[in-house]
Amino acid sequence: MSKWEEFKQQVIETQVWRSMFRHGYEDTPRNRILAVSGNVWLHLHPSKVRKHGIRLKFTWCMGGITFLMFLITIVTGVYLMFYYRPVAEYAYADMKYLEFDMPFGMLMRNMHRWAAHAMVIAVWLHMFRVFMTGSYKPPREFNWVVGCVLLVLTLLLSFTGYLLPWDQLSIWAVTVGSNMARATPLIGHEGPFREFVGVNDVYDARALLFGGGEIGPHTLLRFYILHCVFIPIVTTIFLVVHFWRIRRDGLSGPPA
Amino acid sequence: MAEAKVEATGTPVRRGLTRLAAPSDDKIYTWPHLVRAEFLCTLLVIAFMLVWSLLVDAPLEEPAAPTRTPNPSKAPWYFLGLQEILVYFDPWHAGVVAPSFIIVGLMVLPFIDINPKGNGYYTYSERKYEIQTFFLGFHVLWISLIIVGTFLRGPGWNWFWPWEPWDTHKVVAMTGIDLPYQLGIRSYWAQAAFGLVATAAYFAIGTVAMYMWVVKKKGVEFMERWGMARFGLTSFLFLNMLAIVIKMALRLGFNTKYIMATPWINI
Repeated sequence: MSKWEEFKQQVIETQVWRSMFRHGYEDTPRNRILAVSGNVWLHLHPSKVRKHGIRLKFTWCMGGITFLMFLITIVTGVYLMFYYRPVAEYAYADMKYLEFDMPFGMLMRNMHRWAAHAMVIAVWLHMFRVFMTGSYKPPREFNWVVGCVLLVLTLLLSFTGYLLPWDQLSIWAVTVGSNMARATPLIGHEGPFREFVGVNDVYDARALLFGGGEIGPHTLLRFYILHCVFIPIVTTIFLVVHFWRIRRDGLSGPPA
Repeated sequence: MAEAKVEATGTPVRRGLTRLAAPSDDKIYTWPHLVRAEFLCTLLVIAFMLVWSLLVDAPLEEPAAPTRTPNPSKAPWYFLGLQEILVYFDPWHAGVVAPSFIIVGLMVLPFIDINPKGNGYYTYSERKYEIQTFFLGFHVLWISLIIVGTFLRGPGWNWFWPWEPWDTHKVVAMTGIDLPYQLGIRSYWAQAAFGLVATAAYFAIGTVAMYMWVVKKKGVEFMERWGMARFGLTSFLFLNMLAIVIKMALRLGFNTKYIMATPWINI
């Protein structure tokens, strides 16, 4: 037994160590399965996976990176929420405050924004990879549909967050994006067949999104709540289903 | 399987990590193999994000001013493909119907694609048409239109090469003319009727042509297996995607504005 092994043994046998960790970890197949199935975080994995399914050239790791970006935006987003008030009078000043006065404020904001952009790119690459390996084919059809919902939610998360800095870039990008809603057939006040429904500029699809006829303080609050509360919750629910289905169906791969 | 069961009762395995998989399948244990890969990937990506965030600051322009519209006003970059097709279609299509079709089209993909091959591995030869269609939609249309919208559009949504200065007063001929007029139809109602017939004919002839093409390529037996619902959905979505290409070609080549113009809806 080497010196290191001897030392390890001594540490493990102390009363303090034993009081914390009652069992050793013996490297057996059973323990390897238990390490996954007995852990609340890891058990969304299957306990065994197909070997080629974890190869980087097969998965590109893009699904995992998308989820990691989601986690980064949650952590950094909570930090930003401490200092940011979704009120038209304060929002922009709070951005400046955050950038210049708060410790790590600029870093947190940068990471939040770049992770959001990276999440959009990663989710597209993930879908592209899943398409190229035909992994949406039976029995995984429904998980592809869930993934499409997650794509929409990712874009909505990014889009609602775009407004919050309350600067020229955000307000006009969101104006351009949301103006599409007023052209919705039947329920937009500039859309086709609007005259058969009777919508107007303060009572149509865009007004529902804006909380009024124009983009303004009410829109800021609405987008803030959608961005920080509603869409993250819905996304989490769909993520759970998405991961669960992967666990049930296993990673895709060539027929054995 | 029997061997795996004996192993699972807890006999310690003293060999290297990879040998733990039962010889009959290609499965390995999530712990430690997959978890280790995920952990390393997480570390690398977080390091990358940190460096990126330290080097590049997120943009923050002057405070929002609802009365000062910048020119050009651009949507977030991931929507610029849609903003770009606003050049060719009215907002109800470019901003609402087209994105809805994209999402619905993606969602129905596993149900209209009945090719059992290419499930779980990379192949081009076994799924030629699926991959070509996806490339047309994703790479040719979605990605390249985003690049155009992001880098090549300036004031007035006019085309500017990266080396050209953004001239707010760039003179561009606004010569968009409706297709029926270009074809010599002058009466208002005849124009509308022509547009309606042309649009309906496009979908009718397109569907029939696609039907014949599929039967020729894949045979009647395949078409029966595919079914009318799947075929109808596929051809409708495909013709809609192709319509964007056609409309772009008509606009860029012949300055055509609308194919169908009515008081209620323009296509």
